[in-house]
Order: sequence, then structure tokens, then C-alpha cells
Amino acid sequence: MTVATRTGAGIDLEPYIRWTSEGEQELKPRSELTAKELLREVGAVLRMSEAEVAALGDVERDPTDDDERMIINLGPQHPSTHGVLRLMLELEGETVLRCKPVIGYLHTGMEKTAENLTYVQGGTNVTRMDYLSPLFNELAFAMAAEKLLGIELPPRAIWIRMLLCELNRMASHLLFLATNGLDLAAVSMIIYGWREREEILRFLQAITGLRMNHNFIRVGGTAADLPDGWRDETLRILDLIGPRLDDYDTLMTNQPIWRGRLQGVGTITAQEALVLGASGPILRSTGVPWDLRRNMPYLAYDEVEFDVIVGSFGDCFDRYAIRLQEVRESMKIVRQILDKMPHGDYRVQDKKVTPPPRARIDESMEALIHHFKVFTEGFKVPEGEVYVGIEGPRGELGCYMVSDGGPKPFRCHIRAPSFTNIQCLPHMMHQGLVADAIAVISSTDPVLGDVDR
Amino acid sequence: MTEQSPPEPDASPRELVHGCPVDVRLGQSIIFATTDTYAPLMDALVDDGYEMCVDLTAADYLGHPGRSLPDGMTPERFEVVANLLDLRQAQRVRVRVQVPEADPVVASMFDRWPGTEAMEREVFDMFGIRFEGHPDLTRILMPEDWIGHPLRKDYAEGRIPVQFKEADHR
Repeated sequence: MTVATRTGAGIDLEPYIRWTSEGEQELKPRSELTAKELLREVGAVLRMSEAEVAALGDVERDPTDDDERMIINLGPQHPSTHGVLRLMLELEGETVLRCKPVIGYLHTGMEKTAENLTYVQGGTNVTRMDYLSPLFNELAFAMAAEKLLGIELPPRAIWIRMLLCELNRMASHLLFLATNGLDLAAVSMIIYGWREREEILRFLQAITGLRMNHNFIRVGGTAADLPDGWRDETLRILDLIGPRLDDYDTLMTNQPIWRGRLQGVGTITAQEALVLGASGPILRSTGVPWDLRRNMPYLAYDEVEFDVIVGSFGDCFDRYAIRLQEVRESMKIVRQILDKMPHGDYRVQDKKVTPPPRARIDESMEALIHHFKVFTEGFKVPEGEVYVGIEGPRGELGCYMVSDGGPKPFRCHIRAPSFTNIQCLPHMMHQGLVADAIAVISSTDPVLGDVDR
Repeated sequence: MTEQSPPEPDASPRELVHGCPVDVRLGQSIIFATTDTYAPLMDALVDDGYEMCVDLTAADYLGHPGRSLPDGMTPERFEVVANLLDLRQAQRVRVRVQVPEADPVVASMFDRWPGTEAMEREVFDMFGIRFEGHPDLTRILMPEDWIGHPLRKDYAEGRIPVQFKEADHR
């Protein structure tokens, strides 16, 4: 890429651009590549061996004939890329030949930040990663720390966490349905999806105090108990959303146009999804019945009944239908939680981990000291390292945590489902149309905060 | 009653999987490898049915050298950590590779699990660990011309002073 020629408003931009150039991360035109470099690159983005790429016959196009092809940027400022995802597409006519995701525009070093925050503060950090499923981030973080601490949670804390997570999953999937509709020009869908999601967010706000970025699931339990009237409000939301989902079926699922836009588009096989590390609805759309809630149960998911929804074609339609159906499954789980919610404490009464109840502080000096200690220097976590994986709305959300025995994580890595899932994009888009590229991006449901962290 | 000797507490606790020591900690199996045994170990684990590499990351143990490792393992500054998943058995295994500071190079897993392409790029970007055989080892999250590897423990955390225009007028 030559930057020396770029000037703007009479100012030589060269010295400035030099520092922001991304050079090697970009997709180069074929005339600048040797045949071997091209093979390697196509192999890298399609995740194939060079022999397989050669067998595709794709790279045999005349490299000098670059007029036939065009490299364009889709994003990072494009509404259909769900944030700041930038895709470099090589097009021949309307066909996508190569595609390379260029990410990092939202990178704020949250894993580094996590090393400077105590376990008490850490929740505020991780909750901002995947901002559409904040409670799942908090859950993974808290579960990792609790595993290192070796503490057992009271049953009510576990069930409150499940309730919140399933509500969050519904909200996240509803937002997917809204944006998926918008991306495919079913524009009214964004209003409906947002409307229903807002109902859930309002309820989460009543419980946690915030619509998003709750920091409600904390190490040792939750921040507070459920408020009065939570049961009635949950039922109201369930009764409201159920029929609305049927409306979505009328609006989208059974529409021939909708099906035509999505069926057979962006296909991926089970084998490909597995080696690419894709999880969640992408993996399930290929027919692999893999859901951590079922296959490696955590919290109390082994005590509730639900179905794992799988597709059969691995296309965009399957991914849409799976998420729509998963909202119904989550509703099923929430109804069971309403019946089974146990009484008791919402956090462990371990003074070293959770702050004492507010009333105790007024009467006990010891409680005051504990309260002060927890919030100033935090609590120490035994040395060790642990990986915890949970089923987020986008796939496996993991937390790898290393402790050196101090009050702050020595290393806190979040295995972000979106980060891995968007690596499937070049594969799904290969030899597809540009218009379908939008459908494919939408169907992976990426959250760029999760990708870049 | 059959004659059964109770398990000897002194018996070597060191178990081997494909020649590498394995340990179960907090209910999670961990295999320890060196940069030399890493690639053959991963090949063997693929054959064992670990068909998915869920996560690949690293940790910098500068300033925390005294972690517990099985006998015979020399602690090095870096560790590359790979989480593998066997879907049929619903089993996870974690591979911890000791990577020396002087020569931070490990084999790339791209040929076994192409999905590790981006994860290895992230580790390269954040820790400066190089992956031999990786098709496109460039920075992924930081800009291409960034200097240094931010998740290293000796990376200086800079602060940029923020100036609030209106602050003086209040």
C-alpha cells in the first residue's frame, strides 16, 4: 500500500498515516502476490491446506488481469457489520473470491485491565466485553474465581443466576432476530425485536439496577436478592413474548422471500465448524447437538427440561431458526425456574469473599472491617489456574484464569465466542454473492466488543 | 476376599499421557509439555478424539516463577495454553506448554485445527510468541506497526493524559 500519495486538505498526511497503517493485515491485489503467496493466503483465510486450495482452481486466475477483480472494504463503518468489523472482500463481478476479516478496532486491552482489578472489581470489566450478554461474561468470570476459591454456592444463588442468564439469552436472541431482519430488509423486524428485548431489559434493570453491564453476578453469588414481585413480572414477560414469537414466524419464517434469501446461503459442514472452533448456534446448525448446558451441565441445568435445537443444512436459515427456537426453549427453562426457585441465601456467607449484610455493619466492628477489606483490597484467591466454559448465546464463552495467590487475577483470558465464530466468515462467504455476505455476517451474530475485547 | 494392596501413597503420582506428565487439578486434566513434545502430543490427542481446539492462549509468568509443575518440568517464562474438547466423551483437556523467553517459538496448530489461526495470531500479538508454520503470523488486535506485546508482564502500561477543555472554566 502506498501512502505517500495521499494528501488531504493541503496537509501532507503521510507522517500521520504511517503510524496508523495496517500494511500486512490487509488483503493485497493478486498482481502484487506471487502464486505461492496467494496459495498460502487463500489457505489461511479459508483455513485449508495449500493442496486443497490449488484443487479449488480459484487461484489460477490470471494475476495480471486485476481489472477483472476489485478489493473493497466492507466496514469498519458499515451498519450491517454490527459494529466495527471490517471485511476486505475481493470481488469478481458480484462474486466474493476472497474475504479477510480485519479486526481490532474496538480493542481496549480488557484482558490487561483485568490484571489490574481485584476480583470484586473484575465483574465491571468483563461485563463490557460481550455487551449483549453481559450476565454470561460475569458468570464465566465468577465461576472461574469460585472454582479457584473452592466455594459452594447456596442453591438460590445458582437458580437466580440461571434465571438471569436465560432472560439475557432471550434478550440477546431477540436482538439478533431484530438485526437479522434489518440486514435482510425486513425492516419492521428491528422495531419488533427491539420492543420485546426492551421488556426484558427493563425487567433486568428492576433486578440489577442497570439495563446492561449489570455487574450483578459476583464472585460468591449475586449482588442482591430478587426484588418483590419478580415472579409476576417474569410471567408477564413470558406471556407477552410467547405470542409475539408466533408473529415472527408469520413475518419471517414462513415468508418465501425470507426463505429464499437465507436457505442454502453461507453453508458450513459439521466437520468444518468443528475444526474452525465454531460453537453455539453455528455448530448446532450443522446438526451437531452440542450445548454445554446439556452436555457438560453447570449451575443446575441438569435439573431442568429443555431441548437442544439443531439444524441440518448449516445455512443462514438454520442459524436463524435455531435462535428463534432457542428463545422458546429459554422461556421453557424460565417457567421451570419459577416453579423450582428455592428459598435461602443469594450469596455465600463467607466474610472473606462477600461483604456482610448492611445491617450488620452498624452493630459489629468485625463486619465493618470485613466490608472495608473486601472493597479496598479485595480477597485473596488461592494459587492455581482454571478454565470454565459456559454456553453463551453465541457459543462457548470461557474464562481462563490464573491466580498467583493475590487479590487480582494474574491472567484473565476470556474465550470469546464471536472471536472464533467470525473466523468462519471467509469460509461461508467463499464464492457467494456480496448481497449474501450481509446475510452471512448477520447470521454469525458477532458482537465486536466480544471479538476485540 | 481378594488380596488387594491399598494404593501406595508413595507411588509416583506422575502419570504419563503420550509421554507427557498429566495432572488433575480442581477436577480438570492438564497435560504438561515442552516446545519439543508439544507437536507430537497434539497429534496424538487428535487421534484420541479431541476434535476441537476450543481455545489457545498464553500466560506470562514473569514475577510468579514458583508455580507448581510436575517433577521434571522446568518452569519457563511463558506458557501456551490450549484447551481441547472431545465432543463424544464430553471431555476437556488442557495442554500447558513451557515456552522459554530466549526462544519463544512453538509449532503452529494450524494444520490440525485451522481455527487456531486467529488465536495464534492473538497470542503472537499479545505475547510475542511465534508459531512455526503459521500461514499469516501478523498482529490481529493491535495496529500493524505497534511496538511491544501488551500482555507481557514487563510491558509498560502507558497513560495518556486526558485534557478536558472546559475543566478550567468550572
